[in-house]
Amino acid sequence: MSADLALIWPELILTIGGLITLMLGTFAGDRQVGLYQLASLVTLAAAAVAVIALFGTEATVFSGTLAVDAFGGFAKLLIYAASFVCIAIAPRFFRDGMRAEYPVLILFAALGMGIMASARDLMTLYVGLELNSLAAYVLASFMRTDDRSSEAGLKYFVLGSLASGMLLYGISLLYGFTGTTDFAGIAKALGGEMGTGLLFGIVFVIAGLAFKISAVPFHMWTPDVYEGAPTPVTTFFASAPKVAAMVLLTRVIVGAMAPAIGAWQQIVIFLALASIILGAVGAIGQKNIKRLLAYSSINNVGFILIGLAAGTQQGVEAVLSYLLVYVVTTIGSFLVVLQLRDREGQQVESIPALAGLSQYRPGLAAAMAVFLLSLAGIPPLFGFWPKYLVFEAAVNANLVPLAVAGIVASVIGAFYYIAVIKTMYFDERSEAEVSGGGNILEGTIVAVSALWLSVIGYLFIGPLATASAHAASVLF
Amino acid sequence: MIQLFAFYLFATIVIASAAMVIFARNPVHSVMWLILAFFNAAGLMLLAGAEFIAMLLIIVYVGAVAVLFLFVVMMLDIDFAELRAGFVRYLPLGALVAVILAAELVFALGAWSAGGIDLAARAAPATPDKSNIQQIGELLYTRYIFLFEAAGIVLLVAMIGAIVLTHRTRGGVRPQKIADQVRRRPQDATRLVDPGVGQGMEL
Repeated sequence: MSADLALIWPELILTIGGLITLMLGTFAGDRQVGLYQLASLVTLAAAAVAVIALFGTEATVFSGTLAVDAFGGFAKLLIYAASFVCIAIAPRFFRDGMRAEYPVLILFAALGMGIMASARDLMTLYVGLELNSLAAYVLASFMRTDDRSSEAGLKYFVLGSLASGMLLYGISLLYGFTGTTDFAGIAKALGGEMGTGLLFGIVFVIAGLAFKISAVPFHMWTPDVYEGAPTPVTTFFASAPKVAAMVLLTRVIVGAMAPAIGAWQQIVIFLALASIILGAVGAIGQKNIKRLLAYSSINNVGFILIGLAAGTQQGVEAVLSYLLVYVVTTIGSFLVVLQLRDREGQQVESIPALAGLSQYRPGLAAAMAVFLLSLAGIPPLFGFWPKYLVFEAAVNANLVPLAVAGIVASVIGAFYYIAVIKTMYFDERSEAEVSGGGNILEGTIVAVSALWLSVIGYLFIGPLATASAHAASVLF
Repeated sequence: MIQLFAFYLFATIVIASAAMVIFARNPVHSVMWLILAFFNAAGLMLLAGAEFIAMLLIIVYVGAVAVLFLFVVMMLDIDFAELRAGFVRYLPLGALVAVILAAELVFALGAWSAGGIDLAARAAPATPDKSNIQQIGELLYTRYIFLFEAAGIVLLVAMIGAIVLTHRTRGGVRPQKIADQVRRRPQDATRLVDPGVGQGMEL
């Protein structure tokens, strides 16, 4: 038992740090933003260090409910980094409304996501998912006096509960028909005869998880929640939970359902294609930049699912690389949105208001252009590389039609990204001019991520490929 | 023999009262039928040898539903005079449910002491010398300790969330300021006045 405890240091640090942050917020008061923010950031950094220290350890702890391996470590580093940024950018957005519960909830959400990323049992999966989801529902309606924020929280909660119900139903079917909740045990049972009950279980589990990664047809909540939630929270939703749910789905599919490839592969292919196409088409008419980015995230999840549909080690490597590049791009683009304020200091979210941005904020416009083109996967930018990996994996797994359909749909998707860039660079300067500079921290993150995505990223392909290959090899 | 009879009795009442939950027009009646359904489901669990789940059903579900019922009564705009007038009218129904529950309680205990029903296909044979509760407890605190603790964190997050969403600092409250109260001296709080006869005084 105590040997097991030594292997879950990241989780222990997050729990203790979360409790300390909570106490600081309670006794020092909500005004002491610097104090509890620092505590939460230090906690996340320490947890990341613990994850790095555990690299190379391969073990299952607590009677096989939790796995400590490089795959989970890779995901946890991404999750903690995204959570770190989302806490760091919050105080400036909330101004007077910042409360200590914000970093606390993000810390506990990160704990839940870490549990998701290392789950190797259906019950661990569910507990981690609920820990993350409960914190997310509250975060979505964090600005409770704001109607849109409350609406987002309520919508997210109702639909999320529905998805949890579906997931639980699927889990109970899988447990009932295989007699175990352990991933490896389920894989062993699925190797035998496939009954209708098992098939239903697989369908419901995938449907419940597809809701969390907002894959079509379980995406309806995404644009509304992303638009209504406070922007730092939206940044969080679009980055860390996507990584956790995607990694969890990969673990379930590769770890537990691998023998039933005939059952899950067509579902994943359908989810992938539907997400890519609907994400591209749905974004075209959007006037709100946060809604547009929501559709963009649906579209990108579709591409990630192509890698998963391959079901090979190469496919899983592509998924991990894609997640890394996607998180950097998403955080960068939402940070740019965070900079857009009108003269009264109100947030600007409408796309027409960005007209002519390049004339008075050239740096910001250039960074946004890099992020959007990278999301579209236009070749010189780094966003192209993971898309290439995903398609390569699909082709090698004999899924050529899927790859072709994905490439065609990505061309449709490029249209609306380029439309935004046209608005920023070629349209007349709008009346509702945006102003308000960012602070040094946000500016640095935007600049570094934009540079990394432009060309410098290609220098890191070597280490990145090694890391993702090492992480993916754990599952095979 | 008594177990078989008890099984069919409980199963029939579960299904019938579950149907009545949907068909009853009065929501208060629906809750009553729901309680009856839970109670009978607990009886079924008892027959299957899962006395822990039976107890959970009674304590958590029947208890929670009763509380929920209380909330509904408090939140709905119900005329209490009318409700009290209805008490006599609903008394036969309420009494009937109470009598059925009491009779079933006796019956279920009788059936339980006569031994559980042998289920055709049990997933795993239960160890005969240990009670369910003991076994669940042993699993919960050893094998699934991590999940148990994580579930505790989930509850903590739910609590923080409820406070974040509903807690408001209200103005106009008069909290205790112990330091000020202790520091208070007679000369701060009292003053001598000399009111004229028949003039009264202002405080």
